[in-house]
Amino acid sequence: MIQVDGLTKYYGARAAIRDLSFRISSGEVVGFLGLNGAGKTTTLKILAAVLLPSSGTVRIDGMDVAQAPRSLKQRIGYLPEEAPLYDEMTVGEYLRFVAELHGVSAARASAAVEAVEERTDLRSAHAELLGSLSHGYRQRVGVAQALVHGPSILLLDEPSKGLDPAQIIEMRTLLRSLRTTHTVLVSSHILPEIAQTCDRLLVIRDGELVAQGTEHELEQRLGGSGSVVVEVRGSAAAAESALRGVEGVRCVTVVSGDEDRVELRADAPEALRPAIARAVLAAGLDLLRLDVGQDRLESLFLRLTGGTEA
Amino acid sequence: MTAARNVVLIARRELLAMVGTMTGWVILAAVLAVDGLLFNGFALEGIRRSADVLTRFFYFSSGTTMVAAIFISMRLLAEERQAGTLPLLYASPVQDVEIVLGKFFAGFLFLCGLTLLTAYMPLLILVHGKVSAGHLAAGYLGLFLLGSACVAVGTFASALARTQIVAGIVGGALLVALLVTWQLSRVAEPPFAGLFAALALHNLHFVPFESGVIHLRDVAYYLLMTWVLLFAATRVVEARRWR
Repeated sequence: MIQVDGLTKYYGARAAIRDLSFRISSGEVVGFLGLNGAGKTTTLKILAAVLLPSSGTVRIDGMDVAQAPRSLKQRIGYLPEEAPLYDEMTVGEYLRFVAELHGVSAARASAAVEAVEERTDLRSAHAELLGSLSHGYRQRVGVAQALVHGPSILLLDEPSKGLDPAQIIEMRTLLRSLRTTHTVLVSSHILPEIAQTCDRLLVIRDGELVAQGTEHELEQRLGGSGSVVVEVRGSAAAAESALRGVEGVRCVTVVSGDEDRVELRADAPEALRPAIARAVLAAGLDLLRLDVGQDRLESLFLRLTGGTEA
Repeated sequence: MTAARNVVLIARRELLAMVGTMTGWVILAAVLAVDGLLFNGFALEGIRRSADVLTRFFYFSSGTTMVAAIFISMRLLAEERQAGTLPLLYASPVQDVEIVLGKFFAGFLFLCGLTLLTAYMPLLILVHGKVSAGHLAAGYLGLFLLGSACVAVGTFASALARTQIVAGIVGGALLVALLVTWQLSRVAEPPFAGLFAALALHNLHFVPFESGVIHLRDVAYYLLMTWVLLFAATRVVEARRWR
């Protein structure tokens, strides 16, 4: 278990994080969400014992990270914001170096490298120089170095940063595969990205923890920030009226359409979709589409992190 | 045991990086070329006794050793910071002193290898003259000890600086400061005159090695200088965890 109590870090007079306290249970995958500069990287650096806090403590299974005994550090895998790679080494040499640095014996290092290369789909790049790899591969090697020594705790700082959509999906699959075997804290400033992989979210704003819970819990707390998109055949006025009649719908907007096809957006939690469908049909309209609004997560993210909604 | 293993791991990676990139080979080639030119131009100039030629060889080799040590060591920690790889070492189960020692030994071993490659010059003296093995051993011991202190100077500078260039400038400035303390000793009053003379990196402590004489005092001085600078570098690396 990771226990963080009253964690504060000052850079000169500026507090990067203030009085952070949270718990992460073994086997949990937790998303650490915040805008750039909110304090995510500083927090992860302190958890990884790269940085010392101005005050407060981080305890992992009861041991203080600031004291950082070797045995504790061997149990942590850390991917910094920029993957820490030595460009003149090959992927295999580098992973072997990191494994041995984390206490894996020379006899076991080759097997550990092979296993992590399989897991992160790097076998084909084993003999490639790190300096010649694309950004996606470099990020993948960064994750591999955090995993190679078999840690039980993973701290990943923006692992999907700069990846293309296909690579993001691969990274998401990898994170999901770690769920049962590792305790993971993964930071991101993209809520939809970590909402799909994490059991729980910690939201940080200006160095302070402003919310924590599942995506659903956070949405509930903010009074339901979601929206539902409805497409019907029929009159726009009738459709608008039908949606307004559903209890829990806060606001209805006609987005586009003509007499045959109308698209509306209702500010309502996605759980209201069945009631909305019934109301549309009861009003004698044909229901063509009923979807969760694509801006729901962005809206939630901006509300939580204090960003500006467009 | 674990500490020694970590030091070896870090030193090995650093050494491989030095020989795996152009930088190491350029430094090596430049030192050998300059040493060769100086040997031909100054040590072999006129008619001299073999021992004098050897003394001159060690004298100018000490200069190239000092310059090479700064060039070799300026990258050690500053490059890790520039490349963003320091967090890997900080997050590993490795103590700060092991990081510094690993880096230092890599630089020192590279310098030792480079210095040994100059051995063909004193061996050439054997073709027409006679050289004492003791003189040769003492001279090289002096070069290794001087090199050790200079690599430690560079390691300390590299721990302080954010970039290799700044590390090189800081290291060079520290080296010059340690070299000119003997001049301060000439103008200072006792007891500072004695202190400055004792601190000087080259004059008082290296000259005996050039002539084939080993004083325990000089060996202790270079080892102590190395230890103090590596201790300071370790403190700087530790302090970085606060920033």
